[in-house]
Order: sequence, then structure tokens, then C-alpha cells
Amino acid sequence: MSQSLLVISRQAPWNGPGAREALDIALAGGAFDLPIGLLFLDDGVLQLAVGQAPQAVQQKDLTANLQALPMFGVEALYACAQSLAQRGLSDTALAVERLDSDGLRALIDRYDQVITL
Amino acid sequence: MKFAIALFSPPSAPSSRRALRFAEAALQGGHQIVRLFFYADGVHSASGTIVSPQDETDVARQWREFVAGHGLDAVVCIAAALRRGVLDEQEARRYEREAANLPAPWVLSGLGQLHEAAQEADRLICFGGD
Repeated sequence: MSQSLLVISRQAPWNGPGAREALDIALAGGAFDLPIGLLFLDDGVLQLAVGQAPQAVQQKDLTANLQALPMFGVEALYACAQSLAQRGLSDTALAVERLDSDGLRALIDRYDQVITL
Repeated sequence: MKFAIALFSPPSAPSSRRALRFAEAALQGGHQIVRLFFYADGVHSASGTIVSPQDETDVARQWREFVAGHGLDAVVCIAAALRRGVLDEQEARRYEREAANLPAPWVLSGLGQLHEAAQEADRLICFGGD
């Protein structure tokens, strides 16, 4: 039985490589058929914003990479509802389950291992 | 207990020193470290070209000596390292860069090594995540 891993992504997509590097952990785990979850928390939810223009700040669009998650078998995708609301995000570029604080607590508890980036 | 240890911060960060002290204590306590995996800014903690003032702790050097002294499996993520200019001889040649700064016993490899270690270990302990 494989150990499950929850990746918590807390960085905005323009804030250095952190968002990309958290995503890469999830994608690599999916490629190895491991039970991986990905939670967008705090500024990490900004990765889910619709209508980003990353080229305006000479960045690559991370949204396309996010769409690859289900193809890599990473389908347990979550976002903190409070983080979304605080940043005025209602629509998301990726289908995620929104969790309140109780839901977050239960989620983190459910996974064997947690990595936060 | 079998530990996998992941580090995400540079040697100037307190968490790099804490990770090293944890790793030392784990071995002293009779535990096993299945692998060290340095990722994100943690790749700087493996750099061989950091020069610390004489009266300050050289954490990168201490990491190197700790890894070599115990013959540990110590992996630096290649993608994270390349983008931060942490290169071994082979990568410096491949990308025609002037210097290599990742000495033995560190090994450059991919994220699969992190997942493999996490699966093998009883506990994955992370230092320096945000």
C-alpha cells in the first residue's frame, strides 16, 4: 500500500518558481501512480485565477500545466474557500473542491505525508 | 525509524541548520535516513562555492561533511539546481558553464527520488517549506 502525499501549494504563480515546483512534485507523483492530493492555499489559489496574462510579466502560463494534473492521475484537487474569497476569486481555471477550515483539517489529517511549498 | 528528509531552504536560513541538526540527532538516536532530498532553494545548501566568514557557521560545508561522513544517500533535484546555478561537472560541461559547484557526495537526480524515498521511509520530514 503506497503512502499518500498531500502537496500544499502556497505561492502565487508570479512569485518565483515555488508554484511550478509544488506542481512538479504532484505531477511526478502522479506519473509514479502514487496517491497524490494537491491543495491550493493562501496566495497559491491565485494559480487558479481565470484570465491570467503571465506574458505581461515575462512569465510562462502555468494554467496549461495545471490542466495536465488529471492526465497524470492527480484528481484529488482542493482549494481553500477562505483563500479564494479573500482574493475575490469565484471562478477557477481548474475544477477543485473548495474546503472550509474544518474540511482543510480533515484533508490534511487524511494524508500520510504533507509537503508545503 | 526510517526518515526521508527534504530541505527547501538555502544554508543562510535557520531551517537548513535545523534540518542538519535533526539529521544528526536522528542518526545519533539509532534511526536511519533513507535519503536527503534538496529541492527548491534547498539546492543552495549543497553548493560547494559558498564562503562563510570565519566566525560564522558554514552550514553548506557541514552538510557536505555530514553526508560524506555517514555515507548518506544525498540527492539534489536537477531541475531546481540547474535554474539556480548549482551544477556538477557533467552539467557544467553539458551547458558550457564556467564553473561546477556541486561536489561529491551530492548527486543530481529527479523528483522520482523524492517520491521513492517518501515511500520507503516511515516519516517524510520537510524543512523550510513556506
